Amino acid sequence: METPVSKRRVVVTGLGHVAPVGNDVASGWANLLAGKSGISRITRFDASDLACQIAGEVRDFDVTQFIPAKEARRMDSFIHYGVVAALQAIADAGLDDVAGLDKTRVGVNIGSGIGGLPLIEDTGVALQEGGPRKIGPFFIPGSLINMIAGHVSIMKGYQGPSYGIVSACTTGAHCIGDAARVIQYGDADVMVAGGAECAIARLGIGGFAAMKALSTRNDDPATASRPWDKGRDGFVMGEGAGVLVLEEYEHAVKRGATIYAELAGFGMSSDAHHITAPNAEGPARGVANALRDARINADEVDYVNAHGTSTPLGDANETNALKIAFGEHARKLVVNSTKSMTGHLLGGAGGVEALYSVLAIHHQVSPPTINLFEQDIEGGCDLDYVANTAREMKIDVAISNSFGFGGTNGTLVFRKI
Amino acid sequence: MENIEARVKKIVAEQLGVNEAEVKTESSFVDDLGADSLDTVELVMALEEEFECEIPDEDAEKITTVQQAIDYVNAHLNK
Repeated sequence: METPVSKRRVVVTGLGHVAPVGNDVASGWANLLAGKSGISRITRFDASDLACQIAGEVRDFDVTQFIPAKEARRMDSFIHYGVVAALQAIADAGLDDVAGLDKTRVGVNIGSGIGGLPLIEDTGVALQEGGPRKIGPFFIPGSLINMIAGHVSIMKGYQGPSYGIVSACTTGAHCIGDAARVIQYGDADVMVAGGAECAIARLGIGGFAAMKALSTRNDDPATASRPWDKGRDGFVMGEGAGVLVLEEYEHAVKRGATIYAELAGFGMSSDAHHITAPNAEGPARGVANALRDARINADEVDYVNAHGTSTPLGDANETNALKIAFGEHARKLVVNSTKSMTGHLLGGAGGVEALYSVLAIHHQVSPPTINLFEQDIEGGCDLDYVANTAREMKIDVAISNSFGFGGTNGTLVFRKI
Repeated sequence: MENIEARVKKIVAEQLGVNEAEVKTESSFVDDLGADSLDTVELVMALEEEFECEIPDEDAEKITTVQQAIDYVNAHLNK
């Protein structure tokens, strides 16, 4: 099945980043290349009765530098992260300085996997203890997933499409891919797109821990996220947001914008298999769909920012999926998990990891996959995972994989330009 | 229980994100202090919390200025 040709190309012209490894693009990228873990024991609440007591928390984050305190109080933390990353990306792209920017042609698609879980938890307690009169008027607008897009649209006056896609841990990838299609289709010239999450709350950690999905390496947080390592025992929850400014190529060139990379393709698929257990054919089909959309051959891909969550089943499965999608070329690829340092940002993962893929192309370097002490070759994890040290290398094409509960997959393809 | 006026003004300033100096007794929450309909609901909740009282919705609707809030608290506060 041929993809129809769109004459409109999409490029990345702005980046915004809030994550456990840094609250801006520069510090985050520097920490990734240095192999610094953002994981530590949970400080935000008492986690002593939880099986998992570690997470990648966003630290030293002052939302009021970006959003007035009164406005910020109306929003749960995932909105703070998403809005701040979006404002960073917009500033980086220089959109505020574009004379005559047609704001009816600028949109926002920033999603979250879960939304305002901490606020939902707190409000649930308030309801139980004080009755319905204790439910605040900002509970709903403070926890709705599309409110990142809503606030950015209102703050910046962007009147194009504004929405957020929800697809668990594929959220960020789906938001970015779909936003690119909005530009290709002609509904907008600029889209601010990405994913955000803050589920580091008792309800969030307890919920994933109940699924036995989380690492319980509580005594050694910095090495707990160890994709493809024999000792991996589950993912570590992270939080934050990654946002890109996507722009139609001619629009970007005409205004002299810095172009980081081209978003050359996007592919989706579903496992149609199980709500949480992975399956190799689904992700492989997502990768193949993305490469077909980009009109790029499998052997042209240099770098894979893997989903790589550090779960026993998921890491081996993704390796198998890459072998199906790339054949022999899978052994020539670099397969990198930045989650080894950031933890798993859930709905924000696809956002920050798209950004890391773009930066890998821009700087021609792959971050390391840290904590690869003993690669699980017997378990089928036998590819080149850029163990422990960053690697300067030629990267013309990078892909970013995201897989979510429900068996939903998304792959983004970025190309050097 | 003295100085209810100062306590009310402090809460209004906090809730509406304005300087306490801007909060006059005659100030209208919406017209002078930039509150929207959701802010006023939250403000009433904050007053209930501070003064440990319950303000019924039909009374809350009539509290639109700082003075009205002060008067309400003075009239209903458990002495």
